Amino acid sequence: MFNNMIIGRYMPGNSWIHRLDARVKLMLSVFFVLAVFIANSVVGYIIAIVFAALVIQLTGLGVRVFAKGLQPLMWLMLFTVGLQILFIKTGHVWFQWGFLSITSDGLTNGVAIFVRFTLIIFFSTVLTLTTPPLGVADALEVLMQPLKVIKVPVDDLALMVSIALRFVPTLMDEAETIMNAQRARGVEFNEGSIVKRVRAYVPLLIPLFVNAIKRAIELGDAMEARGYRGGTQRTKYRVLTWHTQDTVAMLGFLAFALVLILVRVMGW
Amino acid sequence: MSELIKLVNVSYTYPNNAVPALKNLNLTINQGEWVAMIGHNGSGKSTFAKLLNYLLAADSGDITIAGVKVEPDNLWTIRDLVGMVFQNPDNQFVGATVADDVAFGMENRGIDRATMLERVQEVLKLVKMTDFVDREPARLSGGQKQRVAIASVLAIQPQVLILDEATAMLDPQGRREMIAIVRELKARMGADLTVISITHDIEEAASADRVLVLDDGSLINSGRPAEIFADAAILREHGLAVPFAEELKAQLAQRGIAVPTEYLTMEGMVAWLWQSISKK
Repeated sequence: MFNNMIIGRYMPGNSWIHRLDARVKLMLSVFFVLAVFIANSVVGYIIAIVFAALVIQLTGLGVRVFAKGLQPLMWLMLFTVGLQILFIKTGHVWFQWGFLSITSDGLTNGVAIFVRFTLIIFFSTVLTLTTPPLGVADALEVLMQPLKVIKVPVDDLALMVSIALRFVPTLMDEAETIMNAQRARGVEFNEGSIVKRVRAYVPLLIPLFVNAIKRAIELGDAMEARGYRGGTQRTKYRVLTWHTQDTVAMLGFLAFALVLILVRVMGW
Repeated sequence: MSELIKLVNVSYTYPNNAVPALKNLNLTINQGEWVAMIGHNGSGKSTFAKLLNYLLAADSGDITIAGVKVEPDNLWTIRDLVGMVFQNPDNQFVGATVADDVAFGMENRGIDRATMLERVQEVLKLVKMTDFVDREPARLSGGQKQRVAIASVLAIQPQVLILDEATAMLDPQGRREMIAIVRELKARMGADLTVISITHDIEEAASADRVLVLDDGSLINSGRPAEIFADAAILREHGLAVPFAEELKAQLAQRGIAVPTEYLTMEGMVAWLWQSISKK
């Protein structure tokens, strides 16, 4: 059921983007979302599209992979764009029917929103497609370090995230085993009314939950036996290293952002 | 050989439980010894393992490991001395990859990264998992995960390795591989490593220097595997499995064939069968 989901999926590779530091990719993904909102003219959008296309080209994965990631969100996008087009009343009116109207402003706004949506989704899939989940977790840990000042337990959170990620495939396997075991006993998933379907999931969820607690107890024992005593004073086996290419990526993005700002200020 | 682990009058009762899991246990284990502990389910084997590591605190009695008393003040010293491999390969795998898991114990002890990198390679070589350094647990077999678990214990260089039913969830091949690995380790490290294996597996127990039989929280028998396994009647009485060679002997005796009374391994039994047939 998760086969067509491209969001959050990692595709191994060895492109320039794949080799970038996860911290850089995470930061730039966030900054890109902000940068997209700087653009408000045709020139600005073209620059942003060219930049995103360049980055996608550098991942070496092909546009088709990214377009597939758009599919599940297509309806949401069309819905928002539709609302924009039908309900904006300023500008030159082309069509009017009751309280619905299609105006020049509505159309441009709709198109702008569509472009923004697409750009943001494309760019944030770049991060997840080219970075293994662990890399994302490591990057998050490093970037959250400043939060220690306001007493956020960053080390504990990081450990929780990495354990959670490590158990995702294990629990998926287990869910499938339980599902099959319950099917063998005559439970029918995905059949009947909504209420019936929801109730069919109870024999799956309860064993899954109980087992997760058992696992947690055993994992806790194993961690303690191996000398775990909280997040403080631990050394790290896994380290992130900053290369020249990471600086290049940062500078490249900075240049892109500056151009966008320039375009906006000059009103091109 | 010097004494390494000493238990004096150790008792433990689980909360909300009337019957004690361990009753007045007195036991010494020598440095470099390989001890197998057998007993049916609920005989107190796992409780024993957890007491040694202070995962559980004894109600009464004293436990000393390498001269260090097992009590809260010495908690971290004790955990440096004792390493433990548990039953379920999935539930004790902390790291996201093999290397991370092996490094976990060292990270907890604040060991610097250069040493960690070196030692991860070293211990993975000992358990023959060097090719799997970057693998995720989901892509390993149960036996491979248990080998990683052994490696991660060895990485902290403990004096005692406890295998708490570590082969129970493995297939026969994984089980054999694991016993072979432990045997090899024991041969390599000799007196530097004391192994306590808690098990249902007769083959595993037969590899040990000494077998301890536990029933209802008390130690009822202790001796060399040959001595313990020779008396099949006592084993059956305490709800334990009997080695295949002993089972065969019993069946032959039932059909009126005179069988040797001393314990024989599989190889010994085969040799005896050849001999008795060729004599006819």
